[in-house]
Amino acid sequence: MSLSNILEDWSKYRKTREDGGFHDYEHMWGMAIDLNKCIGCNACSVACYAENNLAVVGREKFSKGQGMHWMRIERYWDEPDLGEGRVSEFNQHGANFLPMNCQQCNAATCEPVCPVAATYHTPDGLNAQVYNRCIGSRYCSNNCPYRLRFFNFYSYYEDSWPAPLEMQLNPDLSVRDKGVMEKCTFCVQRIRTAKDKAKMENRQVQDGEAMTACAQTCPTSAIVFGDLLKHFNPDADVVETQVTNMWRTHQVELGRSSQNKQNPELRGYRVFEGLNTDPCIMFLERVREV
Amino acid sequence: MTKDINEDIKWAKINEDVLRSMENPRKGYWMAIAGCLLLLSFAIGAEIYQYNVGMGPSNLNWPHMWDLYIATFIFWIGMSHSGTLLSAILHIIHADWRKPIYRFAEAMTTFTLMTAGLFPIIHIGRLWNMYWVLPYFSDRGIWPNFRSPLVWDAFAIATYLTSSALFLFMGSIPDLAICRDTATGWRKKLYTVLSLGWRGDDRQWRHFRKAYLIMACFLIPLAVSVHSIVSSDFAVSIMPGWHVTTFPPYFVAGALYSGCAAIITLFIMLRYFFRFEDYMTIPILEKTAKLTFAIAMVWTYLNIIEFSSIWYGHDPISKELLLAKFYGPYAPYFWAMIFLGSVLPFTLAVEKLRRNIPVMMVVSLFLNLGMWLERWMIVTPTLSMAYSPAAHDVMWPSWVQWFIVFGSFGWFGLLFLIFVKIIPSVSMYEVKEMIFHRRHMAKKDIAEVMHRRTTDKKTPATESPGLEGA
Repeated sequence: MSLSNILEDWSKYRKTREDGGFHDYEHMWGMAIDLNKCIGCNACSVACYAENNLAVVGREKFSKGQGMHWMRIERYWDEPDLGEGRVSEFNQHGANFLPMNCQQCNAATCEPVCPVAATYHTPDGLNAQVYNRCIGSRYCSNNCPYRLRFFNFYSYYEDSWPAPLEMQLNPDLSVRDKGVMEKCTFCVQRIRTAKDKAKMENRQVQDGEAMTACAQTCPTSAIVFGDLLKHFNPDADVVETQVTNMWRTHQVELGRSSQNKQNPELRGYRVFEGLNTDPCIMFLERVREV
Repeated sequence: MTKDINEDIKWAKINEDVLRSMENPRKGYWMAIAGCLLLLSFAIGAEIYQYNVGMGPSNLNWPHMWDLYIATFIFWIGMSHSGTLLSAILHIIHADWRKPIYRFAEAMTTFTLMTAGLFPIIHIGRLWNMYWVLPYFSDRGIWPNFRSPLVWDAFAIATYLTSSALFLFMGSIPDLAICRDTATGWRKKLYTVLSLGWRGDDRQWRHFRKAYLIMACFLIPLAVSVHSIVSSDFAVSIMPGWHVTTFPPYFVAGALYSGCAAIITLFIMLRYFFRFEDYMTIPILEKTAKLTFAIAMVWTYLNIIEFSSIWYGHDPISKELLLAKFYGPYAPYFWAMIFLGSVLPFTLAVEKLRRNIPVMMVVSLFLNLGMWLERWMIVTPTLSMAYSPAAHDVMWPSWVQWFIVFGSFGWFGLLFLIFVKIIPSVSMYEVKEMIFHRRHMAKKDIAEVMHRRTTDKKTPATESPGLEGA
């Protein structure tokens, strides 16, 4: 590696990042999650465990906060209205569910802080995590406002899948050892397969061809997954997708820290948008009778 | 008013006293060594366990990815700053009372950095790959991420450690030559190598002075930048309670504060171990205490700034976090930090107390406890209560973390105690210089003489304080 090589690489690198971010996208995978449809069944979470070889850590470690749930259903309860100053310790009803997986931010806060660049932005618009490169400084998790990064505190694989359960592991991706950070990848192995297939058949990736495990499993189809690039850049050479349509319908724009909706009735929003992380997951607000 | 040092002390006695310190310390010294070894062995045991099993047994969890390791890392880095303050800043402003105590303070800088440097290694998940943080040439052409404050840390600490070790070594060359002249056996060989052929002639002194001054000027901005960079570990993130603009000066003030308190602790210990009552005198202790008090007030002021800018600011999450610090699960530690950091230093403002050695020992230890709590209260409450309400959690560190934290004190103590036994912990040549100046210039206005010396070439040499002790 010579000096001229380094300088050349550097200028090449700068060219793709002139505005401080990645711009040469091939795809931009994104989601729309309809909270009206979410029933909080946790099927997405289970599907994620099965698809992505997530370690099953057991009750004790999970309650210590050392679990590995890339897809989690957050539960928020209504304030119990008992009237007359009566307080109940337990919430009887009024649960709201919020499925949270990695928001695949386009301006991800986890990326710049990794000392070894183990997490970076791919041309697919994904926030990739390179397990082999990770040294486990855990700064990314600390800087993720959604707290959607999970760390291998133990060599979980040793007792996560007692024989013969290791036979059901997904061969398309690795099993992680201790000391490595991991998070939702939007089932990158499935995206990869779909892209390869489309390339071999010399065509574009069709809508629904790449499908995450959670979107596939959701019994109420609350999760819609697809390519958002058409929404980000109308001239892009990708197909129109359902998810793009949903984002357009709800007038949620990418690359903004606040939305300027013409119709305030529209339900689309992004979590912690004001932090300017530019997440690729849009939620549709839940509407309830009051 | 008492004098900083007995001006009638004979130069031969200085050599004798200091060299004797390397021969027969009090029993307390050996007990301290044993205590340090004990602490260290526990820590090594805990670290081996953690290395084999993973980060789990330390009770770190989601979202508490950092805890005592990082807090203690900042604590040690901070402590290192006062050595530079004493040896470089006070050197440049000609505060000559620093001369009997700067050597061990400078050693403290080097060894606290060596202790601090261990913590990032202990705390990362795959420490066998630690070197990936450094930009080495690799066949794969992979570089570290230069945007990450952790990489800046690696550079800053490596630079600071190298230069402070060099500064420490350089400053002790004339003393090592004195040791060489009297030592026997293996020590003779050691000092012969270390003193680099120092003969104390005029040319050598001239170059030595110049090099020492240049190093001092280089170290001051370096010290300030190092802790600013460490603070950017937090300030660069977007988390409430971390993303604070005043963090760089706040960290530097806290660093000088804990460092000065540590200097007082070590001052008293060395004075006792090596019978240095003639050199580490009460007036010098008093001056250090005054310095500590001033820095404590700066630190308190910056604390108030931080809290009030959050309180009057418009960020509801930061405000909620601030209230959680006041009333939340970590509140006892927060208030302990405020008490130890801002209220306790007022004991230093009372003349009677700051001349009392046992009181000063206890106070200085508690000040450092307060500063350690401060670092913990920076790291942990933010993690326990940041943006996502689903990730609000309270975590208490396990024995593995505590063992390693206490062990770091053993490690530092061991390095420091071995150092003071091998290298003179009081700078002999500078004490002689100090006494010489005071003896000859006590009656005149020192500033005037110094000024005349540098500007007026015709001033007779008899008034010049340029004669060096050797």
